[in-house]
Amino acid sequence: MARITAGVGCSHVPAIGVAMDSGITEQPYWEPVFEGFEKSREWMKAQKADVVFLVYNDHCTVFDATCIPTFALGCAPEFAPADEGWGPRPVPVVKNHQKLASHIAHSLILDEFDITIMNEMEVDHGLTVPMSVMFGDKGIDDEWPCLVIPLCVNVVQYPAPTGNRCYNLGKAVRRAVDSFDEDLNVVVFGTGGMSHQLQYKRAGLINKEWDTQFLNRLTSDPVSLSQTPHIDYLREAGSEGVEMVMWHVMRGALDDDVEEIHRHYHVPASNTAVGHIILENKKDQKAKI
Amino acid sequence: MGLNKDYEDIPGTFVFDADRGREGYHLNQFCISLRKAPNREAFGADEGAYLDKYKMTAEQRQAVIDRDWNQLLELGGNIYYTSKLAANDGINFQELAGLMTGMGIEAYRAMMLAGGRSPEGNRYQHEWDEKGEK
Repeated sequence: MARITAGVGCSHVPAIGVAMDSGITEQPYWEPVFEGFEKSREWMKAQKADVVFLVYNDHCTVFDATCIPTFALGCAPEFAPADEGWGPRPVPVVKNHQKLASHIAHSLILDEFDITIMNEMEVDHGLTVPMSVMFGDKGIDDEWPCLVIPLCVNVVQYPAPTGNRCYNLGKAVRRAVDSFDEDLNVVVFGTGGMSHQLQYKRAGLINKEWDTQFLNRLTSDPVSLSQTPHIDYLREAGSEGVEMVMWHVMRGALDDDVEEIHRHYHVPASNTAVGHIILENKKDQKAKI
Repeated sequence: MGLNKDYEDIPGTFVFDADRGREGYHLNQFCISLRKAPNREAFGADEGAYLDKYKMTAEQRQAVIDRDWNQLLELGGNIYYTSKLAANDGINFQELAGLMTGMGIEAYRAMMLAGGRSPEGNRYQHEWDEKGEK
């Protein structure tokens, strides 16, 4: 049976991808950003995930304004890195576990989450940057060490889905994975954030205190955290901080009882506070022992 | 009863909602076209002719020509779209933010290195009004 064992929360700042692609991660500006992912890469390797279920958003790259699905599930065989205006990132094509993706699509819709099914899709930095920070440098001729099912969430045109909706979608993803009849270790990534505002005169807003309480409550108080209204994200964590609703999908897919394995927080990467957390289901930790 | 747009009193912020999406549709579609290299070349060769293909308002068109980054947002542009126009001009996200804040690129970068803009005094429009910030 397939099972979800762990979750990863992770910013997906595009400049992090640019820093890796141009080989400047050891410069003083970037060194503290990447240092916090060293342990994560070791953990990721030891985890031996078969599939990553990766929750991210497109940044008006693949989805233009003609069609704005709230939840779009990647069901294509593979997903190529998209050209975001300066050429595609030189990283491997992302391969899907297509049968599991179809199973999840089927299960979610009967579970009353009316997702959009994507049978062709490219992916932007929202997906490829978390892959790069967690798996390390990979060139276009390499392969990612596991399969990836992308779930693309609209957080660009307000309103994004509520935190509550995202948390409950995570629960539904969990039910879908639990009912898939193949022995698979699945890790869920919730990406985006943390506090940042990219636009207009208040650009540059960072709220370390708010981000810290978000990371704390993700482990201990996830249900109440998922009730955070959009206005709190916008006012306290910046207009683009609302991306953090995607972390609730990851948290919802885990057990109620989780243990924080690792955390990393650093300001700045470009305009953004970089936040990262690894959570494991407690019962899966026991199984390992 | 209308929708409660409780986010309208956040200073220095344009939340891109469905109304702005409607107003900015053609402007944003123009911007996203620039993510493809052949389109960037065509735009670079003759901006006016390229812009003629998009049904944006005269004001929006002028803001594109002027690269008036804040006005593009005021007229329904979204930052992820307008950043494609900026990328076309060789301006990255952090430089664009520096321009939009009015601080300039260097001062903005220094603010970010020092921990970013504090939320203190930057949550409500009345806080900016009292400081005389526009």
